[in-house]
Amino acid sequence: METGQAASKKPFEAVVRERGATVLRVCRAILGVHDADDAWSDTFLAALQAYPDLPVGANVEAWLVTIAHRKCIDHLRAGARRALPVEQPPEQPTRLGLPGERDTELFDAVAQLPPKQRQAVAYHFLAGLPYKEIGALLGSSPEAARRAGADGVKALRAAIQTRASLVHLSSKGEIQ
Amino acid sequence: MTVDPSPGHTEVLSFLEPLNVALEPALAGLHARLARDAQLTHTLDIAYRTVDSPVGKLLLAATDRGIIRVAFELENHDSVLQLLADTVSPRILEAPSRLDDAARELEEYFAGTRRDFDLILDFRLSRGFRLNVLRHLPRIPYGNTASYAQVAQAAGSPNAVRAVGTACATNPLPVIVPCHRVVKSDGSFGGYLGGPEAKRALLTLEAAA
Repeated sequence: METGQAASKKPFEAVVRERGATVLRVCRAILGVHDADDAWSDTFLAALQAYPDLPVGANVEAWLVTIAHRKCIDHLRAGARRALPVEQPPEQPTRLGLPGERDTELFDAVAQLPPKQRQAVAYHFLAGLPYKEIGALLGSSPEAARRAGADGVKALRAAIQTRASLVHLSSKGEIQ
Repeated sequence: MTVDPSPGHTEVLSFLEPLNVALEPALAGLHARLARDAQLTHTLDIAYRTVDSPVGKLLLAATDRGIIRVAFELENHDSVLQLLADTVSPRILEAPSRLDDAARELEEYFAGTRRDFDLILDFRLSRGFRLNVLRHLPRIPYGNTASYAQVAQAAGSPNAVRAVGTACATNPLPVIVPCHRVVKSDGSFGGYLGGPEAKRALLTLEAAA
């Protein structure tokens, strides 16, 4: 049975069930909640298409993150193309986070990160990719990727602490 | 001090916790969308679903050519799907719509209101004499039985009684291809993929209707 498992590939359904959540978290971190759905769909459809060619024993999660990385970039570029300059930009809801959610500030904090920091944090901490592979994805050295990840974490921590102090202030005098 | 090798990791994950908002419902919707997109772009080689029945949960799987597999719980649905991945294609998704007709006809069959199945079948998992036997089985009328020897004769190899037994025991499309109607010459049930109780239940159902 063990040799059989080593020589075979799981049904794609199992890949979706096991990795779908991680890929969605990564897409959300890169694109925000709204556009993440489209990037997730593009990622898994492309993965399904290519699945028979994936070598047996390959790191499925790293493979999926690589595809998601490209699909997210496609979405960012398409978004930039769609954004035609107008005289009076219409008021827009934030594309990151759910309106009214108490954690919107946090999505904003992630969104405020420069793209490389956001990607490095998502790929390393959500998908568990080593910085060597992240560097390859981002076209930079492993050290630069590691630095981007560390800077991203630092910025997030600062944003969280600011928020925490605000929450603390606003709840002053309230009975818990 | 903690001995956690990466003390920052848990902390960072707590920063990113908001990314989990309504994750499960989002994934359910995305799965359905993937199944639809895969079907439309012809990238879904095998669609499957399960249906409840009086003989337990049945797995139904279909290629674009037709229904390729029906499996009892006793066969272990995960193993059956893995075998399909190994032998046909790993591009497999739970995608119920391709099996709507099969599910409806099975429901009618178990309700006693359907005697014959009108479904397109993909016989690619069976070859040679076994395939011969399977193609012959639907000729045993609903509510009747035939012996292994009779089926061997009808399939053109009167001496291949044991091979008929094997063909029935490895029928990839039980219930729809009625191997449960093949019994021993002495009238006893003989073996069955879904277990002897399932075979008894199917024959009892057909006798009553």
